[in-house]
Amino acid sequence: MLDAIGAPSLDALFETIPEKLRLGRPLLLPPALSEQEVLQALSRLSARNANLDSHAWFLGAGTYPHFLPSAVDALISRAEFMTAYTPYQPEISQGTLQAIFEWQTMICALTGLEVANASLYDGASATAEAVLMALRVTQRRKVVASAALHPNYRDVVKSYLGGLDVEWLQAPRGADGRTAELAGLVDRDTACVLLQQPNFLGCIEDVAAAAREAHAVAAALVVSVNEALSLALLEAPGSQGADIVCGEAQSFGVPMSLGGPHLGFLAAREKQVRQLPGRLVGETRDSRGKRGFVLTLATREQHIRREKATSNICTNQGLCLLMATIYLSLLGPQGLRRLAEINLAKAEYLKRRVRESAGLGLPLSAAGFNECVVSVPDSGERALARALEGGAVGGLDLAASHPELGPAVLVCATELVSRSQIDALVGALAGAAR
Amino acid sequence: MSGADRRSAVGNVGRGLSYEEPLSFERSRPGRVGYSLPGLDVPAVDPAALLPAGSLRGRPPLLPELSELDVVRHFTRLSTWNAAVDLGLYPLGSCTMKYNPKLNERAARLPGFALAHPLQPTALMQGFLALAFELEQALCEISGMDRVSLQPAAGAQGELAGIMMVRAWQTARGERRHKVLIPDTAHGTNPASAALNGYEVVSVPSGRDGILHPEAVAAAMSEDVAALMITNPNTLGLFETHIAEIAEIVHAQGGLVYGDGANLNALLGIARPGDLGIDVMHFNLHKTFSTPHGGGGPGAGPVGIKNLLAPHLPSPVIRRSDAGPPRFELDYDRPLSIGRLHGNFGNVGMIVRAWAYIRSLGPEGLRRCTDMAVLNANYLLARLRGTFHVPIDAPVMHECIVSDKSFAESGVTTLDVAKRLIDYGYHPPTTYFPLVVPGALMIEPTESESLEGLDRFADALLAIADEAREEPELVKTAPHHTRLNRLDETRAARKPVLRWQPGPA
Repeated sequence: MLDAIGAPSLDALFETIPEKLRLGRPLLLPPALSEQEVLQALSRLSARNANLDSHAWFLGAGTYPHFLPSAVDALISRAEFMTAYTPYQPEISQGTLQAIFEWQTMICALTGLEVANASLYDGASATAEAVLMALRVTQRRKVVASAALHPNYRDVVKSYLGGLDVEWLQAPRGADGRTAELAGLVDRDTACVLLQQPNFLGCIEDVAAAAREAHAVAAALVVSVNEALSLALLEAPGSQGADIVCGEAQSFGVPMSLGGPHLGFLAAREKQVRQLPGRLVGETRDSRGKRGFVLTLATREQHIRREKATSNICTNQGLCLLMATIYLSLLGPQGLRRLAEINLAKAEYLKRRVRESAGLGLPLSAAGFNECVVSVPDSGERALARALEGGAVGGLDLAASHPELGPAVLVCATELVSRSQIDALVGALAGAAR
Repeated sequence: MSGADRRSAVGNVGRGLSYEEPLSFERSRPGRVGYSLPGLDVPAVDPAALLPAGSLRGRPPLLPELSELDVVRHFTRLSTWNAAVDLGLYPLGSCTMKYNPKLNERAARLPGFALAHPLQPTALMQGFLALAFELEQALCEISGMDRVSLQPAAGAQGELAGIMMVRAWQTARGERRHKVLIPDTAHGTNPASAALNGYEVVSVPSGRDGILHPEAVAAAMSEDVAALMITNPNTLGLFETHIAEIAEIVHAQGGLVYGDGANLNALLGIARPGDLGIDVMHFNLHKTFSTPHGGGGPGAGPVGIKNLLAPHLPSPVIRRSDAGPPRFELDYDRPLSIGRLHGNFGNVGMIVRAWAYIRSLGPEGLRRCTDMAVLNANYLLARLRGTFHVPIDAPVMHECIVSDKSFAESGVTTLDVAKRLIDYGYHPPTTYFPLVVPGALMIEPTESESLEGLDRFADALLAIADEAREEPELVKTAPHHTRLNRLDETRAARKPVLRWQPGPA
């Protein structure tokens, strides 16, 4: 090969790198391991992380424990999906393209909107992109965000807005757990109202009322969804007046995976399609008239528009999108609804047991889906430690993010927890000796 | 030889059985479900009684109704319409489509990674934190940077984080700068990331030799410039030889140098961005460190920095306790941090795979990746030179660029060559990029390919060059052997159809 190149040695191929800029020593990294040794090392590390196989699981707060149907991993492991890249060459990427088109259709159906993109990194960045989109659409500079937004989402949105001249106002949370006082905060400078549904504390917001407040000043309503399974049970936000619906679709067959890779989604109305961030797949025909799919409206994107693009995003979350598309195809409308009802029933049972327990309480009266705030007698930390002793990851301690609630934990109940696990958790949170 | 003969002589595909498959929605039959749900062990509830009026969904969402077998066949058939690294050479320039070892997939599926939660107590995720800490250390050593944050979910988000840190650093120094310099060979994400940070983008021309020259940077540099964003090797596959001098020019006027790590596969164990004057950079774990591209993500784009930017790292930061046995904590108390970029820690599944890759290869293995990647790119260039126009004929690193200039007479374009390559069983290279080369074909074979694999690919390109002269129509109307012929992209954009809708019943 060197002869064909006309180079005397392998080193000669690097002659354009000035000598003084070269490393000149081996990298100081541990020596190579065999496949068997790497797997052993990883298994040891894996064993030091609590997980769905080792504990009863009541922790949600943006990342939800759900059952993963076997067909999902089997299908996404097809190398033709896994080891392909962005479908730049549509004639040999129709598998990926058609799956994205189906995903876009499903997200439109779930959100009640007309156009959805080919996914974004995660729910938090999708929410940031949604706010940026609202700023572009309205050409205004003020954001009114619910105080009941996931704190990490709020942080990410604020990071994304950090370099821009944007005013950030927070709408307070009412005593029942829902966002309050929007009317006094929105005005003609407001680009968007940002609401989470259900909100971080598990409460179902009044999306229609928020839409009325936003639209009264010609602002957009952005609704961010953490727990996508709620969309099976709750009215589609787009049908309640939301202009942009974004969020996290991890619940649809994507492993929790310590928080990533997850699956951001974003949907909007058709008339704003040219302000949409991220990849889009559209239907077209080939030269013989057969239906096919291509990446389209790329003039919004960075590889064409560079600094004038609607976002800097390059790819999407292709394989995670595929997981969700397969998952939703397996469940269908009835399966998804039934699963959502199971989640609701488990959470209701949990709430009933909490109400019956001395020392525990439900401080927020608004209705919820599969997650709620539980007041505990001593401290969230101690209550969760008791749960852990009984083999349960019992929820999220709210002491740091929501001290105003007093000692409290955020608890979620999905199809993965059994009645006896709920009973045991309630007992542990209340402090009953086991 | 005719096109058909050539294709069978040096092509990579024969005749196959190709399945047709409608949209899942069109396969749907009422009442079919591909899922078995557990029975309720708690009392059933009536959602209408529990949820506030008007909040209960009125109409079920339009989703397909399919059996598990329907779903399995549907997606298996779709998969057969994709080209992929596991099927053959995928020489997409700047994307580093190297082989993704199967071990990595098994690693990411271990329950302590796949089934663990980002908000569980740190005492219950010590295995992950140890692994992430080790990967940060390894990336520091590989890049010559002082610190790494694994949080950005992709290269573009790494760029965003990096430029945010530049801004935070200058703000902390009481400065407000407005411009970012970007060479004309840069990826589109660079200017987009700078603009998202509120910066004005100033394009800097590269020289006729394809690289950036100190004079061009000096002419554009001022005290209003926050940073220069540079990709090294650049998108022409050329090492930026003057990088150290260029970095000095930028530093002398208080600017910082951002390194786009997209092409790091050319430098492993050879040279380190941190030793070249780079202050902040991102890595693409899905390129250099072999995590699968997944049909367009998920990737991962960790960001590396020199110590001067450490106070501004994304939050939280993983910290190892100084005393006693190794314990890892999450440090959120970082008042000068740019904040969060990701809802959690980043794409942990990719972080696990990259760790497995680095541990499998070790220092010699990583160095050998680069040696072989550079050897392969130069070998391909040598095979193509003389037949294909080579716009900048210099020794290349991990990728090489040819153009369609040699076919000007026949009217065959880069797009045509790319589409014809599909008939030969190859995914085409990156086309029409970088923008500074008209009709560019950007070829990155990676280290994964054998000599005979490269020869067969070169033979295919040379055969297409013959066709371009002898049977140009054959090339211009390619591909001919795919399930679909060339797709009408203009039609798709003119009247966008972006979702399926049921037709009139």
